[in-house]
Amino acid sequence: MGNNAIEIAGLRVVRGGVPVLPSLDLAVPVGQVVGLLGPSGSGKTTLLRAIVGAQVVDGGTVTVLGLPAGAAALRRRIGYVTQAPSVYSDLTVTENLRYAAAILGVDAAAIHRALVDVDLLGHAGQSIGTLSGGERSRVSLAIALLGRPDLLVLDEPTVGLDPVLRRDLWELFHRLSRSGVSLLVSSHVMDEAARCDRLVLLRGGGVLADGTLADLLARTGTTDAEAAFLALVDEAAAGDATAGRHAATAGGGSGDGVTGRGAVA
Amino acid sequence: MSATTATAVRDVPSRTISAGLTAATAHRVLTQLRHDKRTIALVVLLPCVLIGLIAWMFDGTPVLDQFGPLLVGLFPMMVMFLVTSVATLRERTSGTLERLMTLPIGRGDVVVGYALAFAVLATVQALVIVGFAVWVCGMDVAGPIGLVVLVAVLDAVLGCALGLGASALARTEFQAVQLMPLVLFPQLITCGLLMPRDEMPTVLEWISRVLPLTYALDAMQLLAAGGSWVDVRGDVAVIGGFIVGALVVGAATLRRRTP
Repeated sequence: MGNNAIEIAGLRVVRGGVPVLPSLDLAVPVGQVVGLLGPSGSGKTTLLRAIVGAQVVDGGTVTVLGLPAGAAALRRRIGYVTQAPSVYSDLTVTENLRYAAAILGVDAAAIHRALVDVDLLGHAGQSIGTLSGGERSRVSLAIALLGRPDLLVLDEPTVGLDPVLRRDLWELFHRLSRSGVSLLVSSHVMDEAARCDRLVLLRGGGVLADGTLADLLARTGTTDAEAAFLALVDEAAAGDATAGRHAATAGGGSGDGVTGRGAVA
Repeated sequence: MSATTATAVRDVPSRTISAGLTAATAHRVLTQLRHDKRTIALVVLLPCVLIGLIAWMFDGTPVLDQFGPLLVGLFPMMVMFLVTSVATLRERTSGTLERLMTLPIGRGDVVVGYALAFAVLATVQALVIVGFAVWVCGMDVAGPIGLVVLVAVLDAVLGCALGLGASALARTEFQAVQLMPLVLFPQLITCGLLMPRDEMPTVLEWISRVLPLTYALDAMQLLAAGGSWVDVRGDVAVIGGFIVGALVVGAATLRRRTP
């Protein structure tokens, strides 16, 4: 697996006849917080589902922690947080965690630690139905943290959280990454880019850019992630147009990713 | 690297059933039920109300003695079918199943855990409805009352198992509710309640033989007429077989990967 927690080559996913991910290549390094950014509908959730082995894929390879995605041995090494909090709303916080703890074979101390990590110790006995949306998503995150996974795959974990909680969670993510955990965190909020070690910009199911924020800003001559994203979109569109004019000589289909990466080099 | 990476990795094949994980699932589902007291009240009391209405309507006739055992087997089955198919559909649509399937738990653990939890509820329901029919409504069963309870529990568990299997066919709660008449009514029509099975057109009689409710009602009819364990053990075995079959279908239709 080298220094990559995730290696993806030629991943193709078709949903309802539409190629959501036409052919995606990506490498996520070990021990970093990698932000997966892109507008709604860019294929973020589909990509994350393919990584955790929940998505039917139509082609390509996805290697996670050295094993093919979806391998049984990965199930206790990956913590996955779905976009909608996947918790039982008719159970209490602790009851939710207890079920996951039984599955993962961890004890009550692990439940306590996970609750401290997401700052929900004060709500331990409360029914999920009485919690706010942000609190529910933190319960969902706590479940993903329970088994001390090597890889955390988080689908928009900070949606609906106030700025203080968002800051605290990003601090938690970095604390985890310092202890060797790899994190892939999706977000459609561009201002969260500054909190990631590395960024992957996704658009139309292809990787628009992949690098550090500083790289992206320097390359596009912009000052924030949103402006960089827009500049890259324009650049890719111009690239597509060029490719269209020189259809006989240009590579075609995967123009988005190639253009983005080419500019970095 | 980190200590977490060094943690021993235990491989959990998805086809095996672990007693611990099945029990954990059953415990979780029972805890959910315990929090929902209104559902428990409805599941336990609704069949009693229906039996009570029939007892009242046919007061002074032998109708309750004749058909009571059939209804005691039928109502719990219908109720548990609905409850189970909606409960498992909720799990499929809420995202909890998606995450569950990325965790080290077998599909059988989930399905059998669900069935066990609902079997507990079904047992409570069967005990209450048989007790109500016998002691409150005055139902007189010629056969052993313990066997009536056993068959009623099996019928209710069969309802659960069919509900688990059927929930795989439904995408929405609306569809799940529609599956109840789809799965149960043809069985109801051909099981011998409306017309003795040997008077039916041959094709219908054959169809009735491959539907589980036929055996459930046959057992209850035998018990109402004074049958013993020897008379109903064949029916009980067939019902057990259908329960296992429906659970296997339920587990097989759980997918770790979805489109």
